[in-house]
Amino acid sequence: MVGITSLGAYIPIYRLNRDEIAKIWGTKSLGGEKAVAGYDEDSLTMAVAAANNSMKREMAEIDGLFFATTTAPYKEKQSAAVIASAINLNRRCYTSDLCNSLRTGTLAIRSAIDTVNSGSAKNILVIASDCRIGAAQGKFEQILGDGAAALIIGSKDPIAIIEGMHSVFSTFTDTWRSQLDSFIRFAENRYANDVGYKPIMQDVISDIMKKYKLTPKDFSKIVFDGVAIKEHHRIAKKLGFEESQIIKPLSRDVGHTGAASSILMLIRCLEEASPGDRVLFASYGDGSDAFIFRITDQIKKIKKRTFRESLSKKIPIDYGKYLRWRNLVTEEMSTLPERPALSLPRRWRERRSILALYGYKCKQCGTPQLSPVGQTLRVCAVCQARDNFEEYKFSDKKGTIFTYSIDSLQATRNPPGLNGIVDFDGGGRLICEVTDCEPDRIHVGMPVEMTFRMMFQSNGINNYFWKAKPIRKDL
Amino acid sequence: MDGIKDKVAIVGMGCTKFGELWNKGVEDLIVEAAFEAFEDANIESKDIQAAWIGTVFSGLSAITLAPLGLQYIPMTRVENMCATGSEALRAASYAVAAGACDIALALGVEKLKDAGVTGLKGPSVVGDNSESISGISPGYSAPAAFAYLGTRYFHDHNIAFDEGKKLLAEIAVKNHYNGSLNPRAHFNNRVTLEQVVNAPIVAWPLGLYDCCGVSDGAAAAVIMRSDMAKGFRADPIYIKSLSICVGARQGAMRQDYDFVHIEENVRAAQMAYDDAGVKNPREEISVAEIHDCFTVHEMIVYEDLQFCNRGMASEEIKAGTFKLKGELPVNTDGGLKCFGHPIGASGLRMMYEVYKQLQEKAGPRQVMNPRLGLTHNLGGSAGTGIASCFVVGNERG
Repeated sequence: MVGITSLGAYIPIYRLNRDEIAKIWGTKSLGGEKAVAGYDEDSLTMAVAAANNSMKREMAEIDGLFFATTTAPYKEKQSAAVIASAINLNRRCYTSDLCNSLRTGTLAIRSAIDTVNSGSAKNILVIASDCRIGAAQGKFEQILGDGAAALIIGSKDPIAIIEGMHSVFSTFTDTWRSQLDSFIRFAENRYANDVGYKPIMQDVISDIMKKYKLTPKDFSKIVFDGVAIKEHHRIAKKLGFEESQIIKPLSRDVGHTGAASSILMLIRCLEEASPGDRVLFASYGDGSDAFIFRITDQIKKIKKRTFRESLSKKIPIDYGKYLRWRNLVTEEMSTLPERPALSLPRRWRERRSILALYGYKCKQCGTPQLSPVGQTLRVCAVCQARDNFEEYKFSDKKGTIFTYSIDSLQATRNPPGLNGIVDFDGGGRLICEVTDCEPDRIHVGMPVEMTFRMMFQSNGINNYFWKAKPIRKDL
Repeated sequence: MDGIKDKVAIVGMGCTKFGELWNKGVEDLIVEAAFEAFEDANIESKDIQAAWIGTVFSGLSAITLAPLGLQYIPMTRVENMCATGSEALRAASYAVAAGACDIALALGVEKLKDAGVTGLKGPSVVGDNSESISGISPGYSAPAAFAYLGTRYFHDHNIAFDEGKKLLAEIAVKNHYNGSLNPRAHFNNRVTLEQVVNAPIVAWPLGLYDCCGVSDGAAAAVIMRSDMAKGFRADPIYIKSLSICVGARQGAMRQDYDFVHIEENVRAAQMAYDDAGVKNPREEISVAEIHDCFTVHEMIVYEDLQFCNRGMASEEIKAGTFKLKGELPVNTDGGLKCFGHPIGASGLRMMYEVYKQLQEKAGPRQVMNPRLGLTHNLGGSAGTGIASCFVVGNERG
């Protein structure tokens, strides 16, 4: 039976309180806080984080990756391929970007289900991720949040099987962006809700129930996308669902995360679900995709609560940081020297160490090692044996900070620069940036894990690599 | 192996004023340093039979020496990061010792301020070209590269931040005092302990006065066979050892590199002492110019070069051992702290001071009864270095 075999949520650690935004502009605060992707994050890096949050043992069996977003880093260059490289999927994996609609996340789920059902692939990692921006002073600036959600669709021991699917399309225009727009454009609110959102959601949810001869009583939970919690509630109540069945939109604590929105709500729901639960799930945007899931016994093997863990880890930021990190303000030129252009051949040759953080283990002395400059290792740093290595994965290794430096001269959009010398558990060392870390937190001996981030842009190409971030205890 | 000891001598040296020399180009600095050296050696430019120019950013190839007008002789550009100037001296010395020429010129020059940027330009001395082109290097600054040492040294030796800041500040105060006695230095101001400790942090724990500046300058040396030297001047300075030691990124890849000592420094120094026949550096070295790009590095170099025992640097600093009037004066000319670090020039600028000290021409900075002098450089990035350690003396044998 095809279904969801694994899941992973990722919400960036930074939070911007909506009162802060409202104070700057003298507008009304919607309350709560929004999750803000760090200066070194984008929809692609968040997707890698979400994928790495889902159960790791599944990775070896993945033969498809669908990346769903409305904020892809490139107009022309596939992000799914980069994500697949970062999580070290076999290059025969079937990768695809799905873009341009808030529905792409669920479209990707549907495609994945169909692909697995057809036998064209066995396990597809679906990742929805978004980093949308609302223009300054407006309501979307407050409404939107950043985040990513990953699901694996397969047929081996699913935690939730698919009992039904139903899709409708619509040209209803409530939010949109043209090719040239940075910010969300939107129609008037009551029109958007009364003529678009409410009728479409009511139709798709009642249609799927009718199609499979089910009523609200047959469901443990209903998960469908929304922004305003009251509106969302009314729709559910009108359809006949009880308070206890409704999974709330994440507006207050995270914000609306675009293509990831409904799927993050689904992950929240599934990570608290019990065997036998039936869940109705629907997205919204250019229509809707609806699904019926049935939770199996396998749900008990989910030990991690990736949604809750992500949500609970926070570093507050101010409005200035947000403006800076999203490049919304033109900054004064710097007299620091520019970084030289990247060498494409070099980065291609070293893609394994750069994108997947693979190094080497010397077969003669057993020492794991990684070049600090992105070079193939030919001679062992310890015993000088030549060309006697096997591959060694560093991306999933934990480490500790051996020493660090806090650099006020480093070119960074989150000064001061934090850099650490990371000694990995099991051997090996890397000098790298430290991220998601307050300057007064870093210390000798700090435990860290590696995370995939953007270093800088060069000639329109995003230079991704790995950084260390502190391991934070789960609350 | 025969060794270099006493085979060649420095018979002339020149050194420009160092600083932000907006009105001077690389051509001016080259000519000024070289001609001071020629005059000092009692030779003319046409007597130079081969030349080595050390520069990191201010010229590609030996054509950089064109302004000097040396006519159709062998010339080579050398580069070895912060040890570049020293490398020029080393190359020239070995050529003379090998009999490839009798009279050679070693010159180091850098016009860092021509880059028009804050700090060091390009991939910078913090990493080689490859780091930036692959794009994976964190892009930290040179102060940050040395701050790793400070963090770990304080941690291992249980030194509290305030105490550590004061120790490092003593070094800055010492070097500024020495520099105030040196008209060639970029900075002639004295600083107090309070000023240094309270200065803005550049890369924790290093503050503004813990870091050397970026500047322009040049220095030159005329080298000839020892047995010819007395025909040109009464007090040639003899080269006893010219050691360098280069790492292979061990510190960046191996967990056993401890960041409280620098292996490259230690080995370069030991090789230099062995070649020079120095058994007790603390007692035998009369004056030393060491690479104080950052105060924390000078502190570690005291231990690396065996000027004191491992872990004892803080005690020696408090005792004033390395001050101008101390047991082993270090950086008597003001060091990188007061000269800045025009990379290609620094090694030779250090030798200029040692040369003058050994000839008892250092004026208000003169040390007593000098016999052997030492210059030391360290370039590189965090965890990997190029260390040079040269010993010279005013007596043959």
